[in-house]
Amino acid sequence: MIRSIVDFFGNEAYATRRRRLLYLVLVLVVVTDVLVLREHAEYLWERVPGWSAVYGFLSCVLLIFVSKFLGHQGGLMRREDYYD
Amino acid sequence: MTDFVHPALLFILGAVPIAFLNGSIRKAYLVLVPTLAILAVVSLQPGSYGAAQVIGQEILVAKVDRLSIVFATVFTIMALIGMIYALHLTRPGQHVAAFVYVGSALGVVFAGDYLTLYLFWEGMAFASAYLVFAQGGGQAIRAAFRYLMVHITGGVVLLGGIILHAVATDSLLFGPIEGGMGAGAYLILAGFLLNAAVPPLNAWLTDAYPEATVTGAVFMSAFTTKTAVYVLARAFPGTELLVWLGTAMALYGVIYAVLENDCRRLLAYHIVSQVGYMVAGIGIGTEMAVNGATSHAFAHILYKALLFMGAGAVIYVTGRRKLTELGGLYRTMPLTVALYMVGALAISAFPFFSGFVTKSMVVAAAGQDHRALVVLALTMASSGTFLHTGLKLPYYMFFGTDRGLAGREPPRNMLVAMGMAAVLCIAIGVFPQQLYALLPYPVNFEPYTGVHVTESLGLLMFTALGFVLFLRALDPENTISIDTDWFYRKGARYFMWLAEKPLARYEKAVSDVSETAALPLLHGAARAGLRVDLNGVDAVVNGVARSILRGGGALRRLQTGVVTHYALAMIAGVIAATAVFAVVWQ
Repeated sequence: MIRSIVDFFGNEAYATRRRRLLYLVLVLVVVTDVLVLREHAEYLWERVPGWSAVYGFLSCVLLIFVSKFLGHQGGLMRREDYYD
Repeated sequence: MTDFVHPALLFILGAVPIAFLNGSIRKAYLVLVPTLAILAVVSLQPGSYGAAQVIGQEILVAKVDRLSIVFATVFTIMALIGMIYALHLTRPGQHVAAFVYVGSALGVVFAGDYLTLYLFWEGMAFASAYLVFAQGGGQAIRAAFRYLMVHITGGVVLLGGIILHAVATDSLLFGPIEGGMGAGAYLILAGFLLNAAVPPLNAWLTDAYPEATVTGAVFMSAFTTKTAVYVLARAFPGTELLVWLGTAMALYGVIYAVLENDCRRLLAYHIVSQVGYMVAGIGIGTEMAVNGATSHAFAHILYKALLFMGAGAVIYVTGRRKLTELGGLYRTMPLTVALYMVGALAISAFPFFSGFVTKSMVVAAAGQDHRALVVLALTMASSGTFLHTGLKLPYYMFFGTDRGLAGREPPRNMLVAMGMAAVLCIAIGVFPQQLYALLPYPVNFEPYTGVHVTESLGLLMFTALGFVLFLRALDPENTISIDTDWFYRKGARYFMWLAEKPLARYEKAVSDVSETAALPLLHGAARAGLRVDLNGVDAVVNGVARSILRGGGALRRLQTGVVTHYALAMIAGVIAATAVFAVVWQ
């Protein structure tokens, strides 16, 4: 069973199905987040359904590009023999 | 003392016989000792043990309370898992070092005074350094020396702080730093922060851990930073500085993880990030926050070890460690993939995995303390955690481009150890109350609310969407990243240049001055001294000698050798004495 699950995530043959599954999960997550009971919201943004989805996506994009910018333009990434 | 067996002693004394045992007896012994230690910790009763007086100071070898028991529990469990993972090693060196390392970590956790703490603290540094040295090869040995140097420096800072603190408070007992933060308290804090790998003192960790042996890195990922979290929780709860250091640290780790190409170095940056949550929790300092930090340390040790074991298995099997050289292993290593993913889902805080019930406690505590910025930053770091350990690393290590590597599952003992850690990661996630019951304060927190589950899933799944959309931007590159170790790796060379060029020139100038000006002066002074000696001192000495000689000659003339002269002198003496007697005593 483990082998077939791992194979589902690795094998190119399942690429379309994987993508569809992801989109399905995304829709389900947002829908349940809209439906879920929000009785206790500490902060303003917590009252907005689906805020965490937007925040997660933005965080991900921000982290990728800010880090790569620091790495390439900020000079953090160096050749592997830099210290030799 | 009979009802108390110090778990540290079990490991440290227990390390001695390892070298004399062989084959399956040694394997059985390596499993037996951590098992006994788990039993010893479980049966511990809170209290103080081993109080004594050393050089007029109060010493408390073991102070057992709820906080130390939580850490000791997970340390001993981790020791068992790590030992099983390392059972296949034929040479005993690493086993002995790991035993001493675990024992020292336990010694720190139970230390009731700073002196005991310091001794075990240093023991940890040396024992763990061996696990890097044991890898062999120039790269690892250089990294091990750097690791050792940094920790010795940190140890000296800590010792300085301990002495200043002891002088100021007149006590060596280890507990919350009360009153104002003096110089001693700041030095102690700096020593602790170094071991917690708080930036800018973090680079020793990401430098050395990926260079350690496959099995050694598993131990290292568990003990050094988490003992530092423990001592911070003990001595500095509620220190505002820690909130900000911890929050910055959580993001620092994920930013560097984007750039990293070495699989274990990427995981090491995530130690920095995860320890950030704990440091921030301790800084917030409320009961819930300290509970959160403690439980997160507990969960973190298990899932991080699982991740290191997974990456270690790949290195063990393929001999490769760079993401640019790995890929396509999922066909031959499905079990390793599955076990690694349990750790990845746990660190990413998916519902029903351990991170979900512990990390959220820290974030919720920050929310309750009205720290919106901290909440947002820590939530962003959660997204980054899943992005790297849950998506990027497994994608490029196990899936991605097939490099045609001849993979196979690692030895069975490695799989068993990974399986144990995986079971615990899930068990903590499903039954959090068991862990909550161990925490230092009563827990009033329910992780499984509808909102919390859907919000977490929203954050994580849309991070996955970002990963899928920008996958190409994440492709690993054949580079290394500059961190603060630059200062002692490259900066030290500039210092050496400074020492060799300008300082050497300065030294030459000084010696020129001494040759042209100082030396003639000294020669002149010496000659003058000689003159004074010959003419003045000698004359006095000779004069005294001559007058003594003359006096002697005069006295010699008095000695005539004629008996009547002596008799006459005696009679004159008697008469004089009688006269003096008669005059004085009348």
